Amino acid sequence: MNSFLTRYSSTSPEADIRKAKELFDEDGDVSDVMWGSASGFGNLASGVPMFKLPSVPDPTSFLRMHTDDHADPSCRIKIKHGTTTLAFRFQGGVIVAVDSRATAGSYVASGTVKKVIEINPYLLGTMAGGAADCQYWETYLGIQCRLHELRNRERISVAAASKYLSNLVYSYKGMGLSMGTMICGWDKTVRIPEMNRDCTEAIRANCRLQGPAIFYVDSDGSRLKGDLFSVGSGSTFAYGVLDQGYRWDLTDAEAQELGRRSIYAAGHRDAFSGNTVNLYHVKQDGWQFIGNYDVSKLHYEGPGDVPGAPGTGYGYDLRVAGRTSSDAPQSEGQA
Amino acid sequence: MSIMEYNGGSVIAMVGKDCVAIASDLRLGNQALGISSNFQKIFPMTNRIFLGLPGLATDVTTLKETFRYRVNMFTIKEEREIEPETFAHLVSSTLYERRFGPWFIEPVMAGLQKTHDGGYKPYIAATDLIGCLNFAKDFVVAGTASTKLFGVAEGLWEPDLEPEDLFETISQTLLNAVDRDAYSGWGAEVYVLTKDKVIKRTLKGRMD
Repeated sequence: MNSFLTRYSSTSPEADIRKAKELFDEDGDVSDVMWGSASGFGNLASGVPMFKLPSVPDPTSFLRMHTDDHADPSCRIKIKHGTTTLAFRFQGGVIVAVDSRATAGSYVASGTVKKVIEINPYLLGTMAGGAADCQYWETYLGIQCRLHELRNRERISVAAASKYLSNLVYSYKGMGLSMGTMICGWDKTVRIPEMNRDCTEAIRANCRLQGPAIFYVDSDGSRLKGDLFSVGSGSTFAYGVLDQGYRWDLTDAEAQELGRRSIYAAGHRDAFSGNTVNLYHVKQDGWQFIGNYDVSKLHYEGPGDVPGAPGTGYGYDLRVAGRTSSDAPQSEGQA
Repeated sequence: MSIMEYNGGSVIAMVGKDCVAIASDLRLGNQALGISSNFQKIFPMTNRIFLGLPGLATDVTTLKETFRYRVNMFTIKEEREIEPETFAHLVSSTLYERRFGPWFIEPVMAGLQKTHDGGYKPYIAATDLIGCLNFAKDFVVAGTASTKLFGVAEGLWEPDLEPEDLFETISQTLLNAVDRDAYSGWGAEVYVLTKDKVIKRTLKGRMD
């Protein structure tokens, strides 16, 4: 990053902050800090939260020097990483499934992280990468979506919400934000009284924008529309199960089972994913929390009495017991 | 990337009343990817000495054979079984032979040492990867979960545990420590050594 350029440009986030400081006269008697956090939600100078920057010539490279694990693995502030998240669109809506493990290096810092962020009753965001970045900006997105609703007397579309987030993180590009997220929801369905054959192309295009929608947004600035995504260190394992089981005409029970089974596969094989699965289903009338499942319990006993469950554990040993030449059917191990 | 964390895995040994225990996880990984949940890291050297070898998997296999060879040579030359304390020094000097290009292994030993009155005394020891011996009166740990093992063991261990209580203590210590380590887990096994028998148990652990 060219520090000289960013310091004096008029379009960077730093410039916004500079402008906001001038506007609010931070050296006055009452500083923002006296009211609490200068970057909090209650303090939206020109619509953008303000952040204190390290007082060094090049704040961006300063931050990268101390946090980026690729550049210098020995000296760094460990940011929580490692995740498996997935979302897919099908006939019955959107399935969103995530794990719950947070790691800092090899240390399992938490096994009960909520990686699905409930933006509003119709929108869900998933969390991969920097936990704080995702939590903060997706909550912030929720505020902006509510304001959109109040201004326009209409729910924001998934496309618009995701684009708001995408543009926002893009304005911080190069400053160390780390997030890979899926914005999932159900776009308002307009009832057309009679579907007449000679409806215009515009109406037909509009119809295509209704119903379940998923957008993948990351901190590099990518924003992709699609039917099926998986993000995080365990995404390859999840894709493996997801791809072979995915069809558009999945039933609700089948789709939920596929989401659960895919996250289990990632939790099992990937060292940085696991602990529990959180499962959500987005339908026409908003999202619904389906359940929380322990990955180890899924391995040995399965998900229990839920629709679409196989009735046994997902574990390899259980599935092949008595079916291979080397393995006779019997229970293994004791406590 | 540390080569000591390439495959993952952990071992712990504890002293009890006239008994010792040694336990390990069963994971073999390729960094974040789990490969096997049946990779043994603890090997019997004699009837009364067990050796745990956490670290780089290729060196686990090599060193297991090296020590088998050296213990057999000792037995033939001396016409007696090697004692735990002697074996600990054998391990130490074997590792120091490679001072400038070490085996990436931090061995943990547990055994019962013969005393002058014909009884047995619990003996545990561990070394770093170039053979610095560490005798301990309570417990020794090594592997990717070593920091977590220290924490749990400091909280659970107490002196003079009977074999069954020692088994419970070492099992709970290992199981709970590896659940906080991304590179260890995927099942565990425990050996409890008493003067007249060795008990081996395989534990069901978290599979994530």
